[in-house]
Amino acid sequence: MSGPISRRARLASASPVAGPLDLGEAIKGPSALSGGWRRTLQLTVAIARNDFKLRFFGSALGYVWQLMRPLMLFSVLYVVFTQIVPLGGELENFPVALLLGIVLFTFFAEATSGAVSCVVDRENLVRKIHFPRVVIPLAVVLTASFNLLLNLVVVVIFALANGVDPSLGWLGLPPLLILLALFATGMSMLLSALYVRYRDVQPIWDVVLQITFYGSLILVPYETIRDKHEVLASGLVANPLAAVLQEARHLVVDPGYASAADAIGGGIRLIVPLGVAIGAFLLGLWVFNREAPRIAEEL
Amino acid sequence: MSSAQNRPPAVTVEHVSKRFRTPEEATHTLKERVLHPLRGRGQREFQALRDISFAVQEGEFFGIVGRNGSGKSTLLKCLAGIYSVDTGSMRRRGRMSTFIELGVGFNPDLAAYDNVVLNGIMMGLTPAEAKARYRQIIEFAELEEFQELKLKNYSSGMHVRLAFSVAVQVDADILLIDEVLAVGDAAFQQKCFDVFNRMRDEGKTILFVTHDMGTVQRLCHRVMLLDHGEMVAIGEPEEVGNRYLELNFTAAEQPQDGERAGDGFARVVDGWLENEAGEQVDQVLQGSRCTFCAVVQFNEMINHPSLTIALRNERGDNVMILTTIISDDLTGGFQRGERARFAVSFDNILGPGRYEPVANLAHRGAGHELMDRWAGQMSFVVRSAHTAGGLVDVPGEWTIERVRADQPAGQVG
Repeated sequence: MSGPISRRARLASASPVAGPLDLGEAIKGPSALSGGWRRTLQLTVAIARNDFKLRFFGSALGYVWQLMRPLMLFSVLYVVFTQIVPLGGELENFPVALLLGIVLFTFFAEATSGAVSCVVDRENLVRKIHFPRVVIPLAVVLTASFNLLLNLVVVVIFALANGVDPSLGWLGLPPLLILLALFATGMSMLLSALYVRYRDVQPIWDVVLQITFYGSLILVPYETIRDKHEVLASGLVANPLAAVLQEARHLVVDPGYASAADAIGGGIRLIVPLGVAIGAFLLGLWVFNREAPRIAEEL
Repeated sequence: MSSAQNRPPAVTVEHVSKRFRTPEEATHTLKERVLHPLRGRGQREFQALRDISFAVQEGEFFGIVGRNGSGKSTLLKCLAGIYSVDTGSMRRRGRMSTFIELGVGFNPDLAAYDNVVLNGIMMGLTPAEAKARYRQIIEFAELEEFQELKLKNYSSGMHVRLAFSVAVQVDADILLIDEVLAVGDAAFQQKCFDVFNRMRDEGKTILFVTHDMGTVQRLCHRVMLLDHGEMVAIGEPEEVGNRYLELNFTAAEQPQDGERAGDGFARVVDGWLENEAGEQVDQVLQGSRCTFCAVVQFNEMINHPSLTIALRNERGDNVMILTTIISDDLTGGFQRGERARFAVSFDNILGPGRYEPVANLAHRGAGHELMDRWAGQMSFVVRSAHTAGGLVDVPGEWTIERVRADQPAGQVG
């Protein structure tokens, strides 16, 4: 019916105006960050705030339950591996180091496994409203971060009660946590985007998390492994989670714990865990960004 | 309108096309993908929109109509930025807000405040704006007394009212509205119409998607008709409305007589009418409950076929059409070689006369990909003691009251 009418001719017929037309801004399809960083951030905070509120006020004991999971795990491991089979050896304040490890791992596990199905779970939202898609996994990580901060309060109390002295080294903790959050965010974006297409990402990630738990120096400290197998011990520190934990133990619990640099065998090698964390973030962002326009159609 | 003519359009759509790829078999796991790298590549392509171009002037109430599967909702979702388009471009002047579904993302375990603020931000407000407008929103929804309640304790009516209030308070310049009016009670629907009318009078640009021509003629300045993803007509509501009705009636007629139509992936092998007692009959009484049954033989594996039964009178009018398409329910998957009985019950409001059922069996979708057409196999007679003379006899309810002569029409009660 139209024939080879040029764009301009068609437009001119639509509205007879002389001179250039200001047709306004282009309507773009969905993307990971549509609307800009500011809006993305605002939405992330709003969603995380509501999620957090739900968990806190959802049941009578809200926060207590939130705390229960890491604490119960800690109690069991504490009894078994310090009283029955001592793994910490003569390390200073091993129980504190153990709790710190469990709390950091809980954050990572919560952020990533919670993120796997998050986009699919919010299918309704994705199919009905235009908003920056990436806020969904970001909100999961942010909610987990709120929990982490609360759990860290418990760790600090426990540490002080065990006679750990606050030191300037504690100031090194925030950058470590940011690095960990960066790693978790990357994995969350990656997993949530992949899950839209491949539903077996969920069981796979459950298994990977279990392996990560044992491969992150949480239960069996670096020092104990080093005495048996030095290469393996150093190799494990390539995992960003292990590197962050090792450095945190060194800074917060006791300088007797090897620093991440010493553990991996030289500061220059820290590039590996750092690279893995940043690489995971960039990969996650890239994959999510690539998938974002089609998520609404593929759900 | 005349002043708006001299300004650039509020929404410009140029040569927009959109195609969906749906995998034949959804391979949803990595395992399947690894084990069968070549399988599951078979994709069915579906052209949802074909080279759509139009412009909506500022302050215009623009209707988009079409039958189910014509692409109207897809177009709206493209405009809303929920789907990306394959080719073409779209532009808008001003803030845009979408009413595709109300209350999306409402959390039943949170109170009104948290839900309103989040929903507001979702729809494009800043957090500060959303908080500042909370009061207005709750007032408009008439829910002041219930704001402490969690949403799960709201009635569905309250839920809809709250959601609608948020959407209205976003005060965009351009509104994209899907058929959300179907929800809520009559009073609330009226309130929605009042709001839309007010917005129209305020000079907002509204794009309204519906399949109801009546609503379109009541509200719209201009209408566009879509069919099979193509723009069939654009213009005055009256004119397009007639074209729409025409399209609805001729759609079932397309295949030529003689050869049996359809690709034969499945066939209707038998069809009959049952009365209330479940007995096969060829005469039924008007006003009784009837059931039409069709037996379908599947010659291939078919997922979610659609079946449409048209009851045609002796003049050839499709007096009543019963279809699985409108209900949006999935009909299920069937194996090759299976047989299934499709039965549809209806209140027989047909006027007296002889009727011939025509069954159209189609692939999943809007009913365009015909598998089989079953016609001329049987007919039945509707008998009635008294009829008003129309094609159908719908039981009506009359109220009669006296009105003063000076009272303007339409304001009774």
